[in-house]
Amino acid sequence: MSVLLLADHDKGELSPSTARLVAAVSAFGPIDVMVVADNPDAIAANAAALAGVSKVLTVTAQNTSESVTNALLSAAGRYQYVIASAASVGKDVVPRLAAALDIQPVTDIIEIHGPSRFTRPIYAGNALETVVDPQPKHLLTFRASAFRPAASDNAAPVEKLDISIASAARFLAAHRTDSDTPDLATAQIVIGGGVSVGSAEGFRLIEKLGKTLGAAVGATRAAVDAGYAPNDWQIGQTGKIIAPDLYIAIGISGALQHLAGIQGAKTIFAINTDPEAPLVKIADVALIGDLFEILPQLTAELEKLGLNR
Amino acid sequence: MKILVAVKRVVDHNVRIRVRPDGTGVETSGVRMSINPFCKHAVEAAVQLGEKGEASEIVVVSIGPKQSNDVILTALAMGAHRGLLIETDAALETLVIAKLLAKVVEEEQPDLVLLGKQAVDDDSNHVGQMLAALTNRPQATFASGIVVKGAELEVTREVDYGRETIAVPLPAVVTADLRLNTPRNAALPMVMKARSKPLAVRPATEFGIDLASRLTIEKISPPTERLAGKTVASVSEFAAAIAAQVNEMEAL
Ligand SMILES: Cc1cc2nc3c(=O)[nH]c(=O)nc-3n(C[C@H](O)[C@H](O)[C@H](O)COP(=O)(O)OP(=O)(O)OC[C@H]3O[C@@H](n4cnc5c(N)ncnc54)[C@H](O)[C@@H]3O)c2cc1C
Ligand SMILES: Nc1ncnc2c1ncn2[C@@H]1O[C@H](COP(=O)(O)O)[C@@H](O)[C@H]1O
Repeated sequence: MSVLLLADHDKGELSPSTARLVAAVSAFGPIDVMVVADNPDAIAANAAALAGVSKVLTVTAQNTSESVTNALLSAAGRYQYVIASAASVGKDVVPRLAAALDIQPVTDIIEIHGPSRFTRPIYAGNALETVVDPQPKHLLTFRASAFRPAASDNAAPVEKLDISIASAARFLAAHRTDSDTPDLATAQIVIGGGVSVGSAEGFRLIEKLGKTLGAAVGATRAAVDAGYAPNDWQIGQTGKIIAPDLYIAIGISGALQHLAGIQGAKTIFAINTDPEAPLVKIADVALIGDLFEILPQLTAELEKLGLNR
Repeated sequence: MKILVAVKRVVDHNVRIRVRPDGTGVETSGVRMSINPFCKHAVEAAVQLGEKGEASEIVVVSIGPKQSNDVILTALAMGAHRGLLIETDAALETLVIAKLLAKVVEEEQPDLVLLGKQAVDDDSNHVGQMLAALTNRPQATFASGIVVKGAELEVTREVDYGRETIAVPLPAVVTADLRLNTPRNAALPMVMKARSKPLAVRPATEFGIDLASRLTIEKISPPTERLAGKTVASVSEFAAAIAAQVNEMEAL
């Protein structure tokens, strides 16, 4: 049994999710990691260091869905598993590859019960589906947040694949939000803000608290739609799925589409004016009150406690 | 251009679903059903392209039981021109859905196929990408903006790092994200008019596709319930509770 795993990367660096996927699937067999990028070398070096990786394959190509699919397609024949994280590239590419190979994929896996038995959430996480995949080849995506990362003590060989990759689609431009907060999908602490934060300036209060705790910052769809927070901060069914040790939800009602993104959180803290808000009802610790009064005090108290992580 | 839009009938996204106690699935009888929200954005995108004079014909297709007529009517009332129901009572896997849609693409030869990015029942997020592969077309998934530039589309996509813009030559497959537009609610005259638009019904078995499932669903279970914790009275207590959590955390 052998595994081909697609590396996630951003800004020329390996994403933290790949280490988690490597650890999650190492029981399936030796893992070859494929890196498809304009400049794959530095990313490949990071991937080669992950414990459990036998080989890293690099393909120099633009990161469009067709080029990544075609790169995977060129190698997929040799593997029993082709795996990616359930992030924007994996979601885009794996179903396309699956149809090209005439395989029904299993995606968004949060639990592995054996080589062909998996659990995935449906209905925004309000139900869990356990499936058995009897196909000879498995095409799978995993939610990285549900798994622990592999160690970085390896030195696997890197092999350059000299293939030319066709793509009718062309990449034109990236529009990114520059921020120095930790990766939302894998952060240990996340602070989320809702539409009641009221403005982009309001979100500075959330960011400030985030800095104090070394936390990533997220938002509800309502806050993103209102233009208070960038779209890549959205948490939920249609945003990022997070599984931090601590989630602090500030002025968030707890609509089921938002809760879908935080089910993996170990502990949930909430600040809300409404004691009946669904999020308050499931919080481990809640504080009822006005976020604008609470936030400056809370940040100051935590700074006093010296939690700078 | 000619546009094909695929729409799915799902449990309404505001309904709090209930898992059947015997683990066989989610209770759908007596539950309010609607057009999948992402599909509604796909229909709206098609209708807007029509209003801009870019689209000459909009065909909607849905695969499912007889009642899926309702979601086709929703799309017709929004402004689509004709509908096709591929009727089946079976729960089909996404690859089968994509194969059926590929047959429709073969027959209809649309320049653009618009789908929702995901159906909010199974949350698969597969069919658009699969259809693109099966019809050998480029894809632009998770679209929050579509601009027609001659024989190409410039599509803005919602991705993990923010947004990106790609160019896809037509014919192409695009899947809609919620920020693509604000779907209209059809006024009563449009709803009435929709009933007189052509709507063909064909059995799924007519397309020569193997409808069998590949995967076995062993069980559907409810997630573990979260129970209410405590409410603290002051900011200092709240801060102390955060500090306690943080100090307990294992370093990664
Ligand atoms: C198909 C679909 C997909 C969706 N996907 C997502 C998703 O991925 N993520 C997501 O988040 N949403 C998603 N939504 C939207 C979701 O349904 C809710 O509309 C949204 O989560 C609500 O955001 P909110 O909590 O910020 O706002 P609201 O629901 O308006 O809640 C605001 C909260 O702030 C509290 N409040 C007000 N003032 C203060 C104050 N001064 N101090 C403290 N508390 C205050 C209120 O008591 C209330 O609880 C989706 C919806 C659909 C239809
Ligand atoms: N039964 C169906 N009938 C018509 N379109 C469908 C069906 N299932 C999925 N689709 C389309 O594919 C999109 C993505 O669905 P999914 O891959 O199932 O999450 C939906 O938003 C629809 O546009």
